[in-house]
Amino acid sequence: MTSENSQAEKMTAPARAGDRLFRRLTASFALSILAILLLMIYEMTRESLPALSKFGWKFISGNNWDAVQEEFAALPFLFGSVVSSVLAILLATPLSVATALYITEVAPKKLGGAISSLVELLAAIPSVIYGLWGVLVMAPWLQQTVQPWLVENLGFLPFFEGAPYGVSMMAGVLILAVMIVPIITAISREVLLAVPRSQREAAVALGATRWETIRIAVLPYGRSGILGAVILGLGRAIGETMAVTMVIGNTPQISWSLLSPAYTMPSVIANEFAEATTKIHSAALMEIGLMLLVVTLIINILARLLIWSVTKGQKKGVA
Amino acid sequence: MKSLTLRHIKSGAVTGLMILATLAVLTPLALVFLHIIKMGLSSLSLDFFTQIPKPTGESGGGMANGLFGSALLILLASCIGLPIGVLGAVYLTEFGSGRLATSIRFSADVLAGVPSIITGMVAYSLMVVPMKGFSALAGAVALALIMIPIVLRTTEEQLKMVPGTLREASLALGVPLWRTSLKVMLMSATKGVVTGILLAIARIAGETAPLLFTALGNQFWSRKLTEPIAALPLQIFSFAIAPYEDWHKLAWAGALVLVCIMFGLNLGARWFGKAKRYGN
Repeated sequence: MTSENSQAEKMTAPARAGDRLFRRLTASFALSILAILLLMIYEMTRESLPALSKFGWKFISGNNWDAVQEEFAALPFLFGSVVSSVLAILLATPLSVATALYITEVAPKKLGGAISSLVELLAAIPSVIYGLWGVLVMAPWLQQTVQPWLVENLGFLPFFEGAPYGVSMMAGVLILAVMIVPIITAISREVLLAVPRSQREAAVALGATRWETIRIAVLPYGRSGILGAVILGLGRAIGETMAVTMVIGNTPQISWSLLSPAYTMPSVIANEFAEATTKIHSAALMEIGLMLLVVTLIINILARLLIWSVTKGQKKGVA
Repeated sequence: MKSLTLRHIKSGAVTGLMILATLAVLTPLALVFLHIIKMGLSSLSLDFFTQIPKPTGESGGGMANGLFGSALLILLASCIGLPIGVLGAVYLTEFGSGRLATSIRFSADVLAGVPSIITGMVAYSLMVVPMKGFSALAGAVALALIMIPIVLRTTEEQLKMVPGTLREASLALGVPLWRTSLKVMLMSATKGVVTGILLAIARIAGETAPLLFTALGNQFWSRKLTEPIAALPLQIFSFAIAPYEDWHKLAWAGALVLVCIMFGLNLGARWFGKAKRYGN
């Protein structure tokens, strides 16, 4: 393909000014992707400079967030983001991978296809709608049914201390898990489909049962791709804004109890940015945004490299 | 023999666990879905499509201004995002074999993973700060930034699927590369490209976070692009977190309409995607 391209180019481009213009024009559009990415990093850094220079490292170690006193430290938000995303991933990963395995390895083709297109449709539901359901249906249910039971029976554990509010870290984790399951499932499914048939056939020929085939032939082959899917899900969970903002309670505190309200980095931006009147307040929010951007960039680069390595290797193998 | 039975039992148990996991995945999603339909249908009325929100305390009203605002924002964002995404993809297919092209592809994938609230902040500092106010234009720019990487990648995938012989035939007839690319390649891939565009529109139609401090939202009709404008997802958000029963009802109705729009776009995309292509 590529050699054809350059040949075609050699034959026509020097002769025609139109082609040269065409190439420059389309190149400028393609390059705008790089420009946007760099512009994002530049703008976010520039806008957060006042906070970076005023608070330094204290910004991520302190927990005093006070717009009136103009004191800003982001530890409670970092804590809330990390804890809610990690717990959501722990909850969502086994379910998603098992579902992806069921779709590719067990289910009849039609059923598997139906489940996976359902999952894809559900991945398309906007965050704000999950939030609406979360705040009006799930949170009251947690408050009236689940959390009182937990307090009564497991209240001696530090994770289930305190009064049942409904809106809480627990609600945030659950809604995040519901939202990232479709993403991890969809990508894991793609990765598992990329596992060559011959791998499975070899295992079956050796007398392996279905589970053994999955364990010795399918999972090892797709491992890095599935890891990529999980990391991508983590990136989505950390950046998820609306649904979490609506159910997590938006209280900047560090508590190990799943029942107490918490706050995340995107949520504080969503709640305060439009009303941030002082320069330092919006700079502090920009710094939180910058941290979020850097973390999600790293996560996405890592995940893409992993997923690319699997799906690309497969394409080469087939051709 | 015993160990073989054991192995089969173990395999069956794991299969059972997978089925349970699949049910566990589908149940909350089904609950969300059923609830939206139930609550949405009971609160939806003609007023929803013709009225603007009533002041606090008064019942009734609708989200007509939000629907209009969302449509306008999507239209504007598409005007900015689609040419960049589609022509960028044309570049990657025609000239994209080097390291630069790979880094563009990679950046697009990474960009698609940037949280949309960050895109909103960037659009704020690019548009709202210089223009000294929240505006529909700023909202459209934020949505366009989300749209571009999606359109770029899906369009490139579709262009790659056009048989190389078509291009060669066109070039052999002496058609310049730019016309070959735009007329032969892009036209042959139209259906796939439309699929990608519909999916990108579906994605931005539900975006809320990037509009919070760009388009901002308001309770009235606004026609100026330099003023804040209402959007359906923003209205669902502010009505859902308000403490009024009536507003919750409107939020459910809005959610139902938004979900119908999303599914309509997704089904449309699937239908376009499945239609026969390239005549072979």
